[in-house]
Amino acid sequence: MDLRMKACDIRTDIVEIIHRAGTGHIGGDLSVTDILVDLYYKQMNVAPDKAADRERDRFVLSKGHSVEALYAVLADRGFFPKEDLLTYAQPGSKYIGHPNNKVNGIEMNTGSLGHGLSVGVGMALAGRMDKKKYRVYVVLGDGEMEEGSVWEAVTAGGHYKLDNLTAFVDRNRLQISGPTEEIMTQDKQEDRWAAFGWNVLSIPGNDIEAVDDAVELAKHIKNKPTVIIANTTKGCGVSFMENQVGWHHRVPTDQEYEQAIQELAQRRMQYAQDSE
Amino acid sequence: MNISETKSVRIAYGEALLELGGTEKNLVVLDADLAHATMTCKFGEAYPKRFFNMGIAEGDMMDTAAGLAISGFTPVASTFALFGTGRAYEQIRNSICYPKLNVKIACTHSGLTVGEDGGSHQSIEDISLMRSVPNMTVIVPCDAVQMKKALTAAVEMDGPVYLRVSRPPAPVFTKESDSFEIGKANILRNGSDIAIFATGLMVYEALVAAEELENQGVHAAVVDMHTIKPIDKESIISLARKTKRILTVEEHSVIGGLGSAVAEVLSENMPTAMKCIGIEDCFGQSGTPEQLLKEYGLSSANIVEQTKIMIKKA
Ligand SMILES: [Mg+2]
Repeated sequence: MDLRMKACDIRTDIVEIIHRAGTGHIGGDLSVTDILVDLYYKQMNVAPDKAADRERDRFVLSKGHSVEALYAVLADRGFFPKEDLLTYAQPGSKYIGHPNNKVNGIEMNTGSLGHGLSVGVGMALAGRMDKKKYRVYVVLGDGEMEEGSVWEAVTAGGHYKLDNLTAFVDRNRLQISGPTEEIMTQDKQEDRWAAFGWNVLSIPGNDIEAVDDAVELAKHIKNKPTVIIANTTKGCGVSFMENQVGWHHRVPTDQEYEQAIQELAQRRMQYAQDSE
Repeated sequence: MNISETKSVRIAYGEALLELGGTEKNLVVLDADLAHATMTCKFGEAYPKRFFNMGIAEGDMMDTAAGLAISGFTPVASTFALFGTGRAYEQIRNSICYPKLNVKIACTHSGLTVGEDGGSHQSIEDISLMRSVPNMTVIVPCDAVQMKKALTAAVEMDGPVYLRVSRPPAPVFTKESDSFEIGKANILRNGSDIAIFATGLMVYEALVAAEELENQGVHAAVVDMHTIKPIDKESIISLARKTKRILTVEEHSVIGGLGSAVAEVLSENMPTAMKCIGIEDCFGQSGTPEQLLKEYGLSSANIVEQTKIMIKKA
């Protein structure tokens, strides 16, 4: 299947999960979707029955508030039944509002910002010690780059020349209370990471082909980790959510839900026609 | 007590780590640029491929340890207690204890006995911070011999452990043959008038105090509370029932440490007259370890004095 269509399906699932539960971080889910789809449907060596396989690729969603996007992808890939997500965000459910390792396929508890890249550094060091071929992927938010602890990890990743580590910055230029550049300047991410010794790729992050090319390229870079600055649109795929700071944590009304589902169906149809 | 041998608990930690490194091939050690003070340098020299100096970045070190644990290694992360449990508190909480990862955190230079560095470097809250986090085990070895047993037990168990290690040379008074079981207090001396629960370097002070008290006709039990969490409720309750008086001694704030842990047990199960000796909600200062312990009442003399006050009251 055209991965663009898969991304439409995942976005539809995200909107459904959040509408049904009445909670979730929809804007960031929709901006990070294409990265997750490329990783989970094309690039990463992961499978539901091999969640403990030592050769598997590792994934850490450091911007853990986008957990609904991860749940949608993991359920669709068969890591757990889709019906499980009916309990999302309810007391007693392991499908919590942020990632945790009780869920099959989730490596690490995240969500408190500024931790995931350091964890990825540990995984990458472990892979090197074990002489394993696996790769480590970490997705950070652009607001998350304000956490100083991230830069400790950027420093360590460069120092240890972890070429088995690829980081993404979901550069949607918004964070919870407004545009990143108004809150705390984040440009130029490209220059910042490069100064710490990382290989830097800057791409349109909602273009799955561009994401895939960048991930592929990173595999062949030796002696330094790669960061992919994914220039994305918060709320991508739903017109009235795109680039709207208010959709960081808003829940669609029934009417908004219908419209979102319709728009995503239309977009999917468009891709289906394209690929015929 | 006639003890001639002294040894730093941190030196014993470094030696124990080195020895374990030979048998535990999954053991990896991280330090935040203090390896020559925490003594992880010995492991680092012997096993350079399993040793990571993460630079002066304690938060990053704890999260990196989490990543190593997820990948099947047994990481031991070391720095000074202040920076490990203070600066990196949230990493320990959210990335190690919340996912219940097999990370051992061994922090040296705990308490006032850091000495001349002063209040900024003297961790007097670390037991409180670490024991309040779910899934965490908290161990405070009392001497160099026990240190090795504690580290071995910590590495053998699955899950996060905080080991509180002290800096200065200290009396070696436990024996190789003494038992060490996480969560099981060691009753070092029986007595019917009062039970003194001590931890870390204060265990020795308690023993010295108990001898002096014995000379004065007071029979004090002494308990080595090497494990603060899980706390040994049974020993606490049974000794409270027997002696009717409890004294706790720790090189830590009186808020949230051993005294609080014992009080939590007693207030619910066996309300008993209690006195907590510790640092009275204030910061430390510069001085030699001996000067500071005396200044803050962490001495056998003060234990004797406080015991006599308690006995007079009754
Ligand atoms: Mg953002």
